[in-house]
Amino acid sequence: MSRVAVTGLGLVCALGNNVAECWSRLAAGCCGILPLEDPGSPPYKFSRGAQASAFHPLDHFSEKDLLLLERFAQLAAVAAREAVAQSGLTFTGELADRSAVITGSSIGGQFSEEDGYIRLYREKNSRIAPLTIPRTMSNAGASRISLEFGIHGPVYTVSTACSSSNHALGQAFSMVRSGQAIAAIAGGSEAVFAEGLLRAWEAMRVVSPDVCRPFSVDRRGLSLGEGAGMLVLENWDHAKARGIPILGEIVGFGMSSDAHHITQPCVEGPVKSMQWALRDAGLSAGRIGYINAHGTGTLANDLIESQAIRQVFGAQVDSLPVSSTKSMHGHTLGAAGAIEAIATLLTLRHGIIPPTVNFTTLDPACSLDVVANEARAAAPEYALSNTFAFGGLNVSLVFQR
Amino acid sequence: MSEQSASADLGTRVMEVIAKTQRIPLESISLDSTFEQLKIDSLDGINIVFALENEFGINIPDEGVQTMRSIGETVEGVRKLLAEKAAESEDRPV
Repeated sequence: MSRVAVTGLGLVCALGNNVAECWSRLAAGCCGILPLEDPGSPPYKFSRGAQASAFHPLDHFSEKDLLLLERFAQLAAVAAREAVAQSGLTFTGELADRSAVITGSSIGGQFSEEDGYIRLYREKNSRIAPLTIPRTMSNAGASRISLEFGIHGPVYTVSTACSSSNHALGQAFSMVRSGQAIAAIAGGSEAVFAEGLLRAWEAMRVVSPDVCRPFSVDRRGLSLGEGAGMLVLENWDHAKARGIPILGEIVGFGMSSDAHHITQPCVEGPVKSMQWALRDAGLSAGRIGYINAHGTGTLANDLIESQAIRQVFGAQVDSLPVSSTKSMHGHTLGAAGAIEAIATLLTLRHGIIPPTVNFTTLDPACSLDVVANEARAAAPEYALSNTFAFGGLNVSLVFQR
Repeated sequence: MSEQSASADLGTRVMEVIAKTQRIPLESISLDSTFEQLKIDSLDGINIVFALENEFGINIPDEGVQTMRSIGETVEGVRKLLAEKAAESEDRPV
């Protein structure tokens, strides 16, 4: 079993086009949940979203490349470029054969599919754009990354709704730890601002009409966001031998399924994923100094997650800082785990806990030490990050400074 | 319009479609160019066929696609399909 170093980070979301921009805004408590560029007609019941408005595809790809790349795959590739550049890795020889790319995406390419349906059902035109299949496949991002960097090892995509990229990171972590891979590019990406998808979320009645306020008593739901997070995970000795800076370490991975209800969460599942992650890391609960919560801002999630955290961490909860960075970058679905993993690693690295913004008054049923509205200085050695998905799928990861 | 200039027009229109689809300058394409020379792969071919069908209002059968390897062959293929289309509309009872 090898230790697993993180040697590269890449991030694109509503808060910026790279890790430095996003981190400065996370630490400053900036909310990226802004009025929608297209409010819908008739207007959606929610007026805001966390759109990556500064991400312009032509800054990163040729027009010809874009024929094959939907926005979620573009985001994935750009985040991967930043992460790989930071790692300094060049994938040749044995490293190319023994490196992995594992991405998460909940929905894959939605835009081409919707365009096709408009032609087919509205315009009664049966001729669909010829590259719809390779554009929409959920592994388009993973395959693009593999092609760009010449990676020949295991390359695939995990789709488990909002836990997709935590599952992807956990899989990559397991592969590097076991020696199956020397390095892995892992994370996730999502591009959610497609009309059909937004209408479907509207119909679920879980999107906040204004902003998301995790753990606040007056919270009204989640805010959708788009983006990508990618991490380079690397065999510890391989990274050490290269003499490059190690940005942090993944030390524990736990997952569970509620087997309870397709959308209603329950306490037992999240408790198990957190307990398994702690056990996997060989740590007692008392060693964790920060939790980056799933914290969607829905009534059900925040209540259940609070209860689960209290069950796992006991009385220590009163002085265990928790925040939900979704209040700033939105709920990016299949990218959520990866973006929040980066936020968690940077928390450990910089000793600054990014806040839960838009916070009003703590819901008494969510009795946690919520880092509210302003960042807090702290120097934890270990932190835990949760994702819980529709379908009852829970993943917790433990990171070390 | 003479047969020769109609033929030149068709060739130009086909090359314009290909230039636009491939995002390459029209000047880089001639009737003698092969797909290989223009670095047009099978996926590009699918896009080009789709664009040609839209441009000329024709249906290019799958087996037709596989035999097109150059601009000249493509223009000939389109010419044949346009002729078939014209003949069909003439045969149609009034």
